[in-house]
Amino acid sequence: MAEQQNQQSQKGAVRRFLQSIAVPLGAVALALLIGAIIIELSGASAWEAYVALAKGAFGSAEGWRRTLEKTTPLIFSGLAVAFAFKAGLFNIGAQGQLLFGAITAAWVGFAVHGLPPGLHAALALIAGTIAGGLFGAIPGALKTYTGAHEVITTIMLNYIAMGFTDYLANGPLKDRSPGNIIARTPEILPSAKLPTWGWLPFGFILAVLAAVFAWWVLQRTTLGFEIRTVGQNPHAARYAGMKVARTVILTMVISAAFAGIGGAVETQGVVGRYEPGFNANLGFDGITVALLGKTNPFGVIPAAMLLGAMRAGSNVMQFDAHVAQEITDVVQALMLFFVAADQIVRWLLRIRAEEGEKITLSTGWGSQ
Amino acid sequence: MSTPASFANWKLFWKRWGIGLSIAAVVLAVIFYFYARSPRVTEAVLASTLRQSVPLVLGALCGLLGERAAVINIGIEGQMLMAAYVGFMVNVRTGNLLFAVLMGVLTGAVLGALLAFMSVTLKIDQIIGGTVINILAIGLTGYFYQVGLSAQGKLNPIPLGPLAKIPLIGPVLFDNPPITYASIVLVFVVHYVLFHTPWGLRTRAVGEHPRAADTLGINVYLVRYVNVIVGGALAGLAGAYLSLEAVGSFERNMTNGRGFVALAVMIFGKWTPFGAWGAALLFGFATAMQTQLQFAGKLHIPHQFIGMLPYLLTIVVLAGFVGRARPPAADGIPYEKEG
Amino acid sequence: MSEETLALEVRNIVKRFPGVLANDHVNFTLRKGEVHALLGENGAGKTTLMNIIYGLYHPDEGEIYINGQKVTIDSPHDAIRLGIGMVHQHFMLVPVFTVAENLILGAEPTKGWTLDLKAAREAVIRLSEQYGLEVDPDAVVEDLPVGVQQRVEILKALYRDAKVLVLDEPTAVLTPQEVEELFVIMRQLKERGVSIIFITHKLKEVLAIADRITVMRRGRVVGTTTPSEVTEQDLATMMVGREVVLQVDKAPAKPGDVVLSVQDLEVEDERGLIAVDGVSLEVREGEILGVAGVQGNGQTELVEAITGLREIRSGKVVLGGHEAPDRNPRYLIEHGMAHIPEDRQKHGLVLSYPIADNLVLCTYYKPPFAKGLQRNEEAIEENAKRLVKEYDVRTPSIFTPARSLSGGNQQKVIVAREFSRPVKLLVANQPTRGLDVGSIEYIHKRIVEMRDQGAAVLLVSAELDEILSLADRIAVMYRGKIVAVVDADKVTRAQLGLLMAGSPAEDVLDKEAVPA
Repeated sequence: MAEQQNQQSQKGAVRRFLQSIAVPLGAVALALLIGAIIIELSGASAWEAYVALAKGAFGSAEGWRRTLEKTTPLIFSGLAVAFAFKAGLFNIGAQGQLLFGAITAAWVGFAVHGLPPGLHAALALIAGTIAGGLFGAIPGALKTYTGAHEVITTIMLNYIAMGFTDYLANGPLKDRSPGNIIARTPEILPSAKLPTWGWLPFGFILAVLAAVFAWWVLQRTTLGFEIRTVGQNPHAARYAGMKVARTVILTMVISAAFAGIGGAVETQGVVGRYEPGFNANLGFDGITVALLGKTNPFGVIPAAMLLGAMRAGSNVMQFDAHVAQEITDVVQALMLFFVAADQIVRWLLRIRAEEGEKITLSTGWGSQ
Repeated sequence: MSTPASFANWKLFWKRWGIGLSIAAVVLAVIFYFYARSPRVTEAVLASTLRQSVPLVLGALCGLLGERAAVINIGIEGQMLMAAYVGFMVNVRTGNLLFAVLMGVLTGAVLGALLAFMSVTLKIDQIIGGTVINILAIGLTGYFYQVGLSAQGKLNPIPLGPLAKIPLIGPVLFDNPPITYASIVLVFVVHYVLFHTPWGLRTRAVGEHPRAADTLGINVYLVRYVNVIVGGALAGLAGAYLSLEAVGSFERNMTNGRGFVALAVMIFGKWTPFGAWGAALLFGFATAMQTQLQFAGKLHIPHQFIGMLPYLLTIVVLAGFVGRARPPAADGIPYEKEG
Repeated sequence: MSEETLALEVRNIVKRFPGVLANDHVNFTLRKGEVHALLGENGAGKTTLMNIIYGLYHPDEGEIYINGQKVTIDSPHDAIRLGIGMVHQHFMLVPVFTVAENLILGAEPTKGWTLDLKAAREAVIRLSEQYGLEVDPDAVVEDLPVGVQQRVEILKALYRDAKVLVLDEPTAVLTPQEVEELFVIMRQLKERGVSIIFITHKLKEVLAIADRITVMRRGRVVGTTTPSEVTEQDLATMMVGREVVLQVDKAPAKPGDVVLSVQDLEVEDERGLIAVDGVSLEVREGEILGVAGVQGNGQTELVEAITGLREIRSGKVVLGGHEAPDRNPRYLIEHGMAHIPEDRQKHGLVLSYPIADNLVLCTYYKPPFAKGLQRNEEAIEENAKRLVKEYDVRTPSIFTPARSLSGGNQQKVIVAREFSRPVKLLVANQPTRGLDVGSIEYIHKRIVEMRDQGAAVLLVSAELDEILSLADRIAVMYRGKIVAVVDADKVTRAQLGLLMAGSPAEDVLDKEAVPA
């Protein structure tokens, strides 16, 4: 009897899992389909384009490396968005938090001398994480103490972060080497760089570990229980004696720390210094990744890889199939649309609605 | 008997207009001081302020039309960008500037309809709906963008007869291209519609208490659709301004965050057209000063910090540090009919 | 029935909601110029029927006739056109609008394109004079007292030329004086030919104002009668379906030490107005203190202040002899407070969470439910299995989301969670609102058990029956003040009613029962 029940519940679990990924998969398929139609309408071959895209992303060790490199910051910003989501917060500020993480890591990377390689890299990573996290505390505190909605404050803080990092890279932290005229920091020391083993960047491993960490915090710890309770029903959280204000700020800090470490990893593993124009849309990409991954930390990884692969392969696609890279942005927007408009996908694919935790994010902007 | 009453009236008057009037007085004083010292520069800064404010005020009007009906529009950026692109392309193909502007406006309206469909009919989270539009606009304009296209001309200033000859005021206010004039007129139009017509009353009711509106036979969905679509048209006009009046060509991502700043302008202006206009001018002024300082290189404040000011101010306003900003009560909440 | 034309008639209305038959072949008639009371318990289907008449719901079956003509009402718009007006239980007024603006919304007078607010103001004044409903057209609605807001709602219907007026539980939020004023208004409307459907579950009001009475129970019409043919007891029986004996078996209280002491408490409501105005009270171990009062007299704010959910303006709340150092619910919970909140879905439960998680909502951070930073899933499940059994929560599994449970079972989950800790003070606010009779009896029994185990119980309820059957002492709250504290066996129902209505205690009570 017990065994039978166990088998049944296992079957149920498999069915639930399939059901839960059906909508994202359907959304991706629909987005690719409409993308194909756009490509065909503009006179190119969709099939060729997608083949070239896949070849560019996965066709070689070099392709894999590029894909994973592009995936890494997307995982981090996706985690930043997904983590905040769980507490009912919408962090659009991943962009700014990432910039702070990146420039702090760069500063530690070029200004601190004489440390052994592993330690130096770790120090820079930690500095970037903390910088990002602290920057995320601002919207958290504004939300708790004044009621200012985090969507607007994080967008505003993105511009502030851009201005501030631009000032730093143009002023105190500027690369003064002869011949440099642009706003950038000096190159970080080799001891602060993160290695890439063949096609596997170290940063990608960190990103996966970060996802595991996020999952553990949310699902296995008492803090995670508080975060989810605040997201689901802040009134009940208060009634139960949880410190809602503290939880909101802490959630924003952790969320922003994910973005901060993402910026540090990008600096130390890929770019090698801080430069302007650094991954301009990562904040919004994070939203797509988080929703495509159903705001589940483990869902974020494949979602980020999909987007990362599209980014990594788009060069090859442009070269081989003469399709502009930006088609990937179009497809990405369509994915986001179909994931968000899950009724459409459900209706098309005849999938039943699932019961679960739902969060409304956008209610009013201002102070109460 | 009449003294306390008139005193109360005066207090009410001050409460309502005091901050605006004080700011206006200070601004005027400062303007005249600088005009006396360096007329050319002052004129240039003020003219630039007005020009910079045009897309912001149009975007903010778009945002507040939506939010007064409780639909948050964070896709203004995308609506502007797409409209800028379409307007430009139509101008390249037809050379008809008026038609190009109209197509830009139509593009904005179509995207408005898409947002309304997502947030009113599908009841998608409105922030996500707006983000879809933003990413879609970046993708589509980037994908279809062709390098090296050029258009014949752009919208030129139309001096308003003798008015344009008045010193300082003339060149700043009465010698502008058409969309700039239109943006000023639209501030008054939107104010009139929102606060002096049945439609405006219904819009505000829908934004505050949609169920109450519903029980009085007002079609909540229709009101939301129309406002968001008209708002989209205004954002489209802002886009047309960028590509057809300000620059005369299209560049990738040329909106450069103006759509988001417009949201800030709307909040700063406390969801009113005149407030938004004032805020847009303030933000425009900050941008104009930033350029001016960068150019002159006199002050020792890094120009980035002046550029940050509008964003900081927005946060300050939003946090309620200077007066409370109260958004429409139902803002962002999808309306579910019962039964 | 005679051949007169009826103002309104519904025939065989059926309305199904998932899992509920809300209206089961309902027939109802309204004569011209009568007040027809629709009586029934919460959930009997009264409001559903009215929402159908007003076009907010669409009936699955059945017909509606107005003045003898068959009509279809697809939306409130149709209803208004047909001369039906409705005053909803929750007012449908835009709080930031003025009275005049609310009045004309949806049917605005204009001059050209422009709103004619002058005409709107005049309309307010004309109507208020005509019907004796005094109200300032330029007042902003959110600043008005509830009773006046209700007048605005009635004016709205009259402005739209309503011939049939539906009043949905209009007296729930009113003081007895305001109820009297409302009755005067209703009589005036009647004289001017307006037909009124008056929805309520209060028997006395029905007998005072109605011309005819229709009683509903579980979606069906039980019968129609007139006030002269029935007594209160008859109506109660019709409403509930059996003799209502809400008598709880309980031994006399054995009060011990003071557990909760509230001293000169002042608390503000959301709008910064004083809601609790200098309240002092004491609750001892082993006794139940019932707080009686009409809804909205500060009970909610009082409970929230005691349980740490609301700031206090001045005064003290002392629990177990100590003033809480920081007014945080967690401190109070750890010091023996249990709280059954007024709104179980808003405060008491996380509806999307499984029952198991809801059962550790207040204790998740302590062993055995936490091991260091981590949750101890085994202990959480163990706890859930035990409590579900002990408190007879009917659920398919401990992993079922709380949302899927019935109201009674949701309340049992809350009771199980709150009673599973060592309890010194139990604060129960409307613990049985909207529950079925079985659940009510169960929860009453548990509360008395709690008392017998030595807990101090503060029971707040708007149901006089609940107070009378459970409380050992009764405090009456009126306009933010405790106007009297009396022993439960020394006071009559009528006396309590007068006290709740604001009559001075010294006029109402015998000398020896006058409060401490």
